[in-house]
Amino acid sequence: MGDHGDGHSEQGAVAKAGQSVAEKFQDPGIPPHRPRLADKDPRAAKRAERQVAILFGISVLGTLLFFWAYFGVRLDQTVATLRLQNLLLGLGTGFAMLGIGTGIVHWAKALMPDHEVSEERHEIRSEADRVAAVKIVDEILDETGIKRRPLIRNTLIGAVALAPLPAIAMFRDLGPLPANALSHTMWKEGTRLVHDPTGTPIKASDVTIGSAFHVIPDGLNEMTEGKLEAKAKAVVLLMRLNPELLHPSAGREDWSHDGIVAYSKICTHVGCPVALYEQQTHHLLCPCHQSTFDLTQECKVIFGPANRPLPQLPIKIDSEGYLVAQSDFHEPVGPSFWERS
Amino acid sequence: MKALSQKRRHPLAALVLLLMGLMLTGGVYAVATTLNQAKADTTTYSANDIKEGNKLFIANCATCHGMGASGSASGPSLVGVGAAAVDFQVGTGRMPMQMQGPQAQRKPVQFDATQTKQLAAYVASLGAGPSVPDASLVDGKGNAANGGELFRVNCAMCHNAAAAGGALTRGKFAPALAGVSGQHIYEAMVTGPQNMPVFNDANITPNGKRDIITFLKTIEADGSPGGNDLGALGPVSEGLFVWIAGLGVIIAFTIWLTSRSS
Repeated sequence: MGDHGDGHSEQGAVAKAGQSVAEKFQDPGIPPHRPRLADKDPRAAKRAERQVAILFGISVLGTLLFFWAYFGVRLDQTVATLRLQNLLLGLGTGFAMLGIGTGIVHWAKALMPDHEVSEERHEIRSEADRVAAVKIVDEILDETGIKRRPLIRNTLIGAVALAPLPAIAMFRDLGPLPANALSHTMWKEGTRLVHDPTGTPIKASDVTIGSAFHVIPDGLNEMTEGKLEAKAKAVVLLMRLNPELLHPSAGREDWSHDGIVAYSKICTHVGCPVALYEQQTHHLLCPCHQSTFDLTQECKVIFGPANRPLPQLPIKIDSEGYLVAQSDFHEPVGPSFWERS
Repeated sequence: MKALSQKRRHPLAALVLLLMGLMLTGGVYAVATTLNQAKADTTTYSANDIKEGNKLFIANCATCHGMGASGSASGPSLVGVGAAAVDFQVGTGRMPMQMQGPQAQRKPVQFDATQTKQLAAYVASLGAGPSVPDASLVDGKGNAANGGELFRVNCAMCHNAAAAGGALTRGKFAPALAGVSGQHIYEAMVTGPQNMPVFNDANITPNGKRDIITFLKTIEADGSPGGNDLGALGPVSEGLFVWIAGLGVIIAFTIWLTSRSS
């Protein structure tokens, strides 16, 4: 350590690291000290002092502004007063912090002593130190006698290997495994398709061509526990298009009713709700990553990162003309997971 | 009452009861079905409107939509689209279309209110379709909270939760809804212009549509509770602002912190 310009720096770390480097480069040291205005001129110092005080004063005003807004702005249930109060509270706390911060920095920069200090680098470790450290380790190994007593060594290895196993049991107890919850939804044969959020059933005749209905299973609204989890899997988008445009594959011919089709709303990429339906192009667009599904090709992916088509919910009409599910989805809805077959 | 109970065993009593039952159910059914259609008859068009509309149609629309609005390779048939579709498309300037493209754009209207009404009258005369909604359904005095819920379920995925609009596939987009009249919003819901799905009265009831309009007018009038919403476009505009303005301020402070005092 040493103040600048006192000649110490010629013997710094650079010179010791390698003699050839020292020959080429002369350590320039620290640039010459230049006194600040406040050091030379008492009036400048006085001015800097006032500036710091003003900055601290701004902080005080900011805090006062906060409390004035907190108690003074009367909230009358309109967004305008809420917006005004939010703005003033934010400006108040902002200036309260900013004033203190900038004041302290200006104080330190303009008025506090500014002698410059350089700290020299530690010496790089010597060979002797390394040998000494190895010797200590060897001594410990020797004194414990671990090499001579294999019984102790082997039992220790066994104990250390087994000790973490209880932790695995504890972590497993943190929650039940999902079992087959990821593969099934609450749709089953005869479940009515109802409006989200009102829960009123939907007649097939109500679904006109070009319509898009946002659908939940009947009984979801009455659930008291696990409603959101059930909804997150079971939401369905119901659309009707000209039956000639649908090209059902073998085995799926009777999954629709007169051009009315129901598809899971959960994207097979990462599970965003795919509900942007274009009624002329029959494209379904996921707003998160622009995966696009073609309704006329059983929701095949035609663009974007999704890997699988959206699962289709087989539907039929019941004796009263309401739309009901034929069964659950025939595959897990939503993104891929480890055990998905 | 006594006279009635004495006649209940009369040979014709069953017939009278049957007739009464039939009339009751028939009457209820007639009332129920006309309720949905009740608004259809509030706007009446005269024969003159239809005649003038036909002239306007031939001069301005028939090039694409064909004579008699039967459609052509350049434009769809308008038989059965209803007055609401015409009032929306012509009333927002989307029709006549400026040029072919992914979708018709909003632009200054080319027909005044009377001409729009005449065109609507002509197209409505070609086939039954949704009519221009009654003023009571678009007054924006419904239940804004219920409208907000319906909007988030049915509309927000395309039109953005703050109704600021959003992108669709291949150059199409869902427009922002600020500044759109309640009547045009209602007509868009019942007719499903371009790629927007149709929301018929079984899907969203007329009162539900009124609530949605109320919600849109409420958020438009109230503005953002947190100051400037930067277009309410979400992470794109907010991220751009933070990267430029936020990082700019941080860099400026860093330079000030490390500079020597004069």
